[in-house]
Amino acid sequence: MAYNCVVLAKQVPDTKRITGQAMNEDGTVNRAALPAIFNPEDLNALEMALQIKEQYGGKVTVITMGLPAAAEILRQSLYRGADGVILITDKRCAASDTLATSYILSCAVRKLNPDIVLCGRQAIDGDTAQVGPQVAEKLGVPQITYTEKILNLNGKTITARRSIGNGWQEVRTKLPVLLTVVDTANEPRIPTAKRLMKYKAARCRIEIEAMAKQNPSIDVEAVCKQLEQKGLLIRQWDLDILGADLKWCGRDGSPTKVHRIQSVVLTAKETKSVEPTQEAIEAMIHELIVDHTIG
Amino acid sequence: MIEVNKQGEVWVFAEQHAGTLEDTSIELLSKGRQLADQLKVPLAAVLLGDRVEPLCVRLGQYGADKVYLTEHPLLNHYQTSSYAKVLDELIHKHKPQIVLYGATPVGRDLAPRVASALKAGLTADCTDLQIGRHEIPSTGKVYENLLLQIRPAFGGNIIATIINYDRWPQMATVREGVMPMPEPNGRRKAQIVRENISLLPDDLMLEILAEHRQPKKVNLKASRIIVAGGAGVGSKENFKLIWDLAHCLGGAPGATRAAVDLGFIDRDHQVGQTGTTVRPVLYIAVGISGAIQHQAGMSGSQKIIAINNDPEAPIFQIAHYKIVGDLNQVVPMMIKAIREKV
Repeated sequence: MAYNCVVLAKQVPDTKRITGQAMNEDGTVNRAALPAIFNPEDLNALEMALQIKEQYGGKVTVITMGLPAAAEILRQSLYRGADGVILITDKRCAASDTLATSYILSCAVRKLNPDIVLCGRQAIDGDTAQVGPQVAEKLGVPQITYTEKILNLNGKTITARRSIGNGWQEVRTKLPVLLTVVDTANEPRIPTAKRLMKYKAARCRIEIEAMAKQNPSIDVEAVCKQLEQKGLLIRQWDLDILGADLKWCGRDGSPTKVHRIQSVVLTAKETKSVEPTQEAIEAMIHELIVDHTIG
Repeated sequence: MIEVNKQGEVWVFAEQHAGTLEDTSIELLSKGRQLADQLKVPLAAVLLGDRVEPLCVRLGQYGADKVYLTEHPLLNHYQTSSYAKVLDELIHKHKPQIVLYGATPVGRDLAPRVASALKAGLTADCTDLQIGRHEIPSTGKVYENLLLQIRPAFGGNIIATIINYDRWPQMATVREGVMPMPEPNGRRKAQIVRENISLLPDDLMLEILAEHRQPKKVNLKASRIIVAGGAGVGSKENFKLIWDLAHCLGGAPGATRAAVDLGFIDRDHQVGQTGTTVRPVLYIAVGISGAIQHQAGMSGSQKIIAINNDPEAPIFQIAHYKIVGDLNQVVPMMIKAIREKV
């Protein structure tokens, strides 16, 4: 049978490339100074979904929640083979913690009624790994975290191998299911040139509106209509379309709050310089033996 | 939703596999003990499984005043749905103010599911927990005796302190190895509170068909001395220097993520934010520049020796002994010095 797959993806700052300008003077992170990328393990989730489609048929829809700029990872999803993409963007989503985020995402997933929901194990900005299991709970479906491989899909039954730290488990459950996917699962494909050419013009309404602010001659309605006819208008949902209860969204829906943020200050301890000579090193070893560190 | 209640207990989820407690749960009991004493409330462990009552003795010796014990054949193997159901019911019934889980594969699978069901907050991967106050800047309203949940974020570049003050319980997963292992007190005994919760086969959402656990090739957490190599070591062959130095000190070889990714050594040896957190008596960093992600896993070491040919390497800022030089010369000198002295 064919499977309806939904992938939950996130645009994240590339935390591996943090430079001086990335931190504000008050110690908070200047997101604008960091390159924004497709969260790496979400690419593994997308790859797994695309492989399911190729093997069994069906479709792959990618959802992301974020600022209008997050539409970029939706275009990247289209380049790689996604059939549909949806941007959830709404000012009332701001300051959502993992609980509020999972509530909003679960409202969106429910509208698509998928067989399989996939997301990366965790996002590299927070590393919490919480949104996947929380979406599964809200949907009332089983979760298979740390999925390494789908071993079998047979009708409404899935068998998968998951990592459990120092080993693995093979588990079976009924669909619908939510999988969180680890980076060892697969090698995400690169965009094809053909799809890149086809979808690089894909935009969502809020991006067109931003362009119209710069250039008043742009007629937002006309451009959106044109894009829609070509299949290039990215679906854009807000909390009203989702029918979300605002008390569970944004700041109100988030039990956790930030008390404070500190940039990491390396604690300078008393450092002794030791020359790289046999004599100096013997003296150091002697000191460590005397203070019972060694021996 | 559970209302704020200042008399609530401090709970630790006692993770066990096949009747053996995870080290992290023991570490959490020592932290939980401190928090409970500060708040002047009892510390309880929550133990789920099938015929696991004997573990209550150890939980008591390591600091628990009480153990909430739920035994059921369907709890024999950990499963998200059944364990989450039991915890959800127990938390609703007893309304603890703090619930702590190890940030193990199980803790990170279970805690978010429980938090979502309770509509409660959860902070992942904490490296420290404290009790403190919070003032809301706009209103000046002050909340006393909150759990300050301290964790690295943004790839370890910032430390965030997270709180929740308007919904209970305050929940966190805590990284393995960041809290010291306590000494057991043989005279301490926990009161056992049996909690019978009805479970049906339908409460198990998964079937576990097969499971394989391999013991770790190295136990870094238990090592007094760790000799770790980074990308600067240069090759798998040259990593023999690290093994040799570790052997002559009776220590364990460790590595940075970069060295592991380059194939110099197995991933079990990785120290750092995505590897093991260690706090040995002596940590020797060889050819390691000292990325924040690596420091997050070893900066709690009592003594640090750093060897690097770059005098500006960040590792030197936390080192007690700084040796600027070629590791290919310095490490053999150290081996010679140790063989002659010890």
